[in-house]
Amino acid sequence: MIKLKVECREANHICDKKQYKEASLREKIVLTFHLLYCRACRKYTARNTKLTKLVKNPRVETLNTSAKHKLQQAFKAELRKQQ
Amino acid sequence: MAEHKINPNDWVKRYSDYLFNYTITRVNDRGIAQDLISETFLAGLKSMANFKGEATERTWLVAILKRKIIDHYRKTNSNKGKAEVRMSYNSGSETEGDWLEERVADPFDKTAEDKIENTELGVALHNCLGKLPEKQAKIFKMKTLLNYETEAICNEMDITASNLWVIIHRARTAMASCMEENWF
Repeated sequence: MIKLKVECREANHICDKKQYKEASLREKIVLTFHLLYCRACRKYTARNTKLTKLVKNPRVETLNTSAKHKLQQAFKAELRKQQ
Repeated sequence: MAEHKINPNDWVKRYSDYLFNYTITRVNDRGIAQDLISETFLAGLKSMANFKGEATERTWLVAILKRKIIDHYRKTNSNKGKAEVRMSYNSGSETEGDWLEERVADPFDKTAEDKIENTELGVALHNCLGKLPEKQAKIFKMKTLLNYETEAICNEMDITASNLWVIIHRARTAMASCMEENWF
């Protein structure tokens, strides 16, 4: 029989992991069970999931590393010219 | 008020994502956005002497970027007649002869407002990201936005996995409350 009760700290850690799909099945069960009786963690989980959804939005853009690198190179060259 | 210092060496690292999101919501093209940012940084460098320290660097760069975006639109519209809006009511041959009313966009479909909200989300998110401590922001970005493996980040940043999760946890808590304040 697996240990079902965990501390909130542990539960939050699992919740964080779950946002990146890195939680194991056992952990997911434990978390669900924890959320049944812990209101604070329910709230945390809700917020955390919401944040994940926001970030997953395709409209959130980041410059990829190579483009950034190129930008930096061009910029450095110009900087050197100035000095 | 503390005087703001200017430090061009960190510009690309610190502001490029924010400016990129800001630009892409306005020009809708990755390539053009990249060019505009690059121009902005160079222009900023040239007029560094004019920076009075009354605003933060980022505000100042955004001000330059705004001019660049306006210039970009002016340039594309400079030829006479291009600025004029042309509408053709019969675009496809299939709809030829249909009543105009039948071709009106579905009001319950995705509306323009949805799009505006979505585009500004990126700006809001990077704004919040800018408020985090630098290390947290970097790791959060690597993990969440760039989808790096946990191990890869650990190796690169030279930290342990549990260390990483603590940082992620703090970053997420801060990001969630920041987004709640600024977004919802």
